[in-house]
Amino acid sequence: MKKIRISPPVAALILAIILFVLSGLLPNGYGSDLAVAKAQAVNIVRLAVFLGVIAAGQTLVIISGSEGIDLSAGSVVTLTAILTYVIVSGQNEKVLLALLVSLAVGAVIGLVNGVGITFLKISPFVMTLGMSGVVTGTIIVINHGNVSGKVAPIMTKLIARPLVLGIPGAIIIWLVFGFLMWLFLERTTFGKNLFAIGVNRVTSKLSGVNVIGTNLATYSLAGALAGFGGFLVVGNTGVVFIALGQPFLFPSIAAVAVGGTLLSGGKGSYWGTMAGAIVLTLITSLLTTMQMPDSVRRMVLGGTLLVLISIYGRQEALRQ
Amino acid sequence: MKKRWNWDFLMSRYPAFFPLLLLAVVIVLNLVLQPNMFDLETLNGNMRVFLPLILVSVGQAVVLLGGGIDISVGGIVSIVNTILATRVGLEGSPELMWRYVIISIVVGLLAGAINGFFIAFLRLQPIITTYATSFLYFGLALFILPNPGGGIPADIASLYRTSAPLGIPLAFYVIALLLLIWIFVSSTRYGKYLFAVGGKPEAAYETAVPVTWMQFSTYVVAGFMSALAGIALTMLSGSGNAEIGESMTLNSITAAVIGGNAFSGGLGGVAGPIMGALTLSFIQNIISFADIDTWWETLVKASIIVAALAAPGTIDLFRRRRS
Repeated sequence: MKKIRISPPVAALILAIILFVLSGLLPNGYGSDLAVAKAQAVNIVRLAVFLGVIAAGQTLVIISGSEGIDLSAGSVVTLTAILTYVIVSGQNEKVLLALLVSLAVGAVIGLVNGVGITFLKISPFVMTLGMSGVVTGTIIVINHGNVSGKVAPIMTKLIARPLVLGIPGAIIIWLVFGFLMWLFLERTTFGKNLFAIGVNRVTSKLSGVNVIGTNLATYSLAGALAGFGGFLVVGNTGVVFIALGQPFLFPSIAAVAVGGTLLSGGKGSYWGTMAGAIVLTLITSLLTTMQMPDSVRRMVLGGTLLVLISIYGRQEALRQ
Repeated sequence: MKKRWNWDFLMSRYPAFFPLLLLAVVIVLNLVLQPNMFDLETLNGNMRVFLPLILVSVGQAVVLLGGGIDISVGGIVSIVNTILATRVGLEGSPELMWRYVIISIVVGLLAGAINGFFIAFLRLQPIITTYATSFLYFGLALFILPNPGGGIPADIASLYRTSAPLGIPLAFYVIALLLLIWIFVSSTRYGKYLFAVGGKPEAAYETAVPVTWMQFSTYVVAGFMSALAGIALTMLSGSGNAEIGESMTLNSITAAVIGGNAFSGGLGGVAGPIMGALTLSFIQNIISFADIDTWWETLVKASIIVAALAAPGTIDLFRRRRS
């Protein structure tokens, strides 16, 4: 029997479009007003950018296998958002410095994760969870409840406002970013090695892949990407607070899963994660506009997520 | 191998050995900061606070042993708490309380069965599935009790808070019972199957182990333990709050891993995670007694936890380098 196979990224994207079209029928949806519909669609994609970028690092560590996961992403986002906010303090010329600091700080935290996981053999889930606590603790210590700073006008202009043809800069950044991620995963040796260690570390090692190096680099890179996410998030919100990044954490894992990347590693794509981020953002913003009580909203979100992963998140059957 | 009782042997044969060392260290530290720690009242005051996490950690440990993970346990704790706090009420009779205790346990079993159905029968990935169901469960808890409130009768709550038969706090009886049950279960066929399924499900399947049912059962056990934890937590706090279980999920996973259970499944037990949960709770205690600046608390606590997680690996690393 031959089954029709739609690749998960495409399926997620089709789902997003169907959901969006249906959302027009809601009482306070866009109705038949195309201009409003377009504005709404653009806005949802713009909001998905932040989740999408944060989920990029998550995609890498999940592909690397061996229960790879990065639970420190949320706190790294908060940390680099605060750092960016403080460093930039309203000056355009400091933006580049802030970006570099964000990437570097993220990479260092990621490297610590990688060292704990590869050399001390701590499972990624608890190692990154512990690091998340350490980073949050550090934020509390350096932050002491309040920070003074300001985002630069150029960041707001690039990230939050329409740039070309009414398309916000964030979306353009994301498209370029997505293309780079694709190049990185599919067209570099590192990307090939990453998939290889995700499938089987022993065979990759025997085939000459530097497993330890690849693993360390993956976690550092994931940290750096979370750092970049924090830089973008603060450019959008314009304010920082201690719980800024945490709400992105589990959705970033969900976005990866909805995009068809196997949580056991070795298989996946960043396109899928992008589609997953759009689907999740769409569902959350639809639920928000429907003005349901928080409790019902959570249940609907949980139910939808279950349905989504039931459709194509299934693992292979035991009986072969 | 010259000596039979060397470090490697202890570490591999008894996964609870290292957690026991850690626990001894934190108990000594705690004793220094809180000299009256072994007085019945203080001991009971500590143990009744620790017990809910211990219960959840045991459930989590069983799921981890079977090769899964359950991040919805906190949600189940919350549902049970809100059910008891709203349905029994401050003026409720003991009969009403016990009736809802039984209903709570059934709810816990059901919630676990839902997790188990999706993961074992539909073969969805555990992390993401229980993440989704945690939304369902927390949402349901919030639906039952939108704002913190409600409660259970004070005299029933004090049953949990103060009872210490034969001068030993209630929690120790519960722990002893859990350990006895575990010793029995791990010697049965179920226990052997559990390790087999967690270690290598494909191989277990090929040797006629009912993998699907085994995986399903671990989530039901976790649901049951979470319901017990929810009941204990409600009797401890005496009131209801839909967010009460939130911190339980990640703490129970950390406790199980500190307790020597492998994340990939098939390695560990229940004694280790109980010690892990105790260690985590004592660390919290130590921090509140050590008079640390409030701003530093989170950082210090997280660093200690990371150090505890890193300890076995670090020792291993140094031992390998020397030989």
